[in-house]
Amino acid sequence: MRYLFSASYFPGIQKLSSMSGKPRLTYINGRGRMEPVRWLLAAAGVEFEENFVETKEQLEKLIKGGDLLFQQVPMVEIDGMKMVQTRAILSYIAGKYNLYGKDLKERALIDMYVEGITDLMQMVMMFPFTPAEAKAKNLASIEEKATKRYFPVFEKILKQHGQDFLVGNRLSWADVQLLEAILAVEEKVPAVLSGFPQLQAFKTKMSNVPTIKKFLQPGSARKPPPDENYVALVMSIFNLS
Amino acid sequence: MSGKPRLTYINGRGRMEPVRWLLAAAGVEFEENFVETKEQLEKLIKDGDLLFQQVPMVEIDGMKMVQTRAILNYIAGKYNLYGKDLKERALIDMYVEGLADLNELISSNFFQPADKKEEHLATVMDKAATRYFPVYEKVLKGHGQDFLVGNKLSRADVQLLEIILLVEESKPDILAKFPLLQSFKAKTSNIPNIKKFLQPGSQRKQPIQEKDIPRLMQIFH
Repeated sequence: MRYLFSASYFPGIQKLSSMSGKPRLTYINGRGRMEPVRWLLAAAGVEFEENFVETKEQLEKLIKGGDLLFQQVPMVEIDGMKMVQTRAILSYIAGKYNLYGKDLKERALIDMYVEGITDLMQMVMMFPFTPAEAKAKNLASIEEKATKRYFPVFEKILKQHGQDFLVGNRLSWADVQLLEAILAVEEKVPAVLSGFPQLQAFKTKMSNVPTIKKFLQPGSARKPPPDENYVALVMSIFNLS
Repeated sequence: MSGKPRLTYINGRGRMEPVRWLLAAAGVEFEENFVETKEQLEKLIKDGDLLFQQVPMVEIDGMKMVQTRAILNYIAGKYNLYGKDLKERALIDMYVEGLADLNELISSNFFQPADKKEEHLATVMDKAATRYFPVYEKVLKGHGQDFLVGNKLSRADVQLLEIILLVEESKPDILAKFPLLQSFKAKTSNIPNIKKFLQPGSQRKQPIQEKDIPRLMQIFH
């Protein structure tokens, strides 16, 4: 009987979103801007579904269908909302699953840390799209910013309070995002943590948090590092030249 | 020593302007510490005042806050401009992030090569008219209220007004097809704190002048 309810049987009827009540992520099958969302949901122990955008036509259909507030993905269906804008999505998830500190001041710290990490991750995210002749310079820039501007900040925070987590002695969005950033940079610069003993310990402890450990295992929703196929896919779907 | 927030940035709009708007809309007086030379910026960095070695930086409630979004989130939360619950906050965040994207597009025109500037600006204006403003027009039409979220002034309204005025500086007739945004602009501009901020002599900054560009570039190298 299942086939009677599939979208293809009734053309024009949109696939019923998330019958399961789980959040449903709409994005390409790759890290990009959705990866921090996957990380945060996983860390919160929240199962989710994924709706992969595979062609330009599919994206255009989503836009035409009015599902994307600003005609863009990521889009996450959660709690009856079609949320867009990565930061809005992440803030909502963090707030809902108690990963956003206990008060305004803790939230301020978390926000500062997350925004700094996002600036670094932006460089990593754009890297695959750098023209070949600029790649070496770009990579050096990522390494420099990671080791001189960003990682020292978090090393110092952890050293000063001696706790396992960045804020409030408790797992927060900031910790999840820092771990994601450490692993992403390490993929490009393997020895990047060599001057940062606190971050090394942080990485180990965080990787062993059960929900995160599960996400780090093969077969999870975590996406592999971007390769040329990913770049080609993005270019074709988003009409970049 | 006044207990007022203290904003450290260049004497210009840049990334600090939304903070000035939000504090003004909240009726919060603030001081400004203008970065005028590279040496001054380097000293701030050396003294450890800038968490990621960057401005904007706002001293508020004993914190030296950096990262514009973090600063805006804190001010909005503190002064009840962030909705009444998580769902209202989600709407506000989506609206604000869309406006921030448009703001980035407009700001990026500055960095375009001279021969590409005009074409780029036209593209940005087109995005404003087809991707962004229709969203807010529709939101206002949908509920018929004066404010975007929860029938109450929020940071989303403040930011929308700021962006409308910014876009109008490049394209004065941008709101021609958006009657609800026109009345939104009129009503929001008349809110006492905002009206005051829109008057000459307030801390609102003017667009960067061509003549100032070399000096500003020198500060940030």
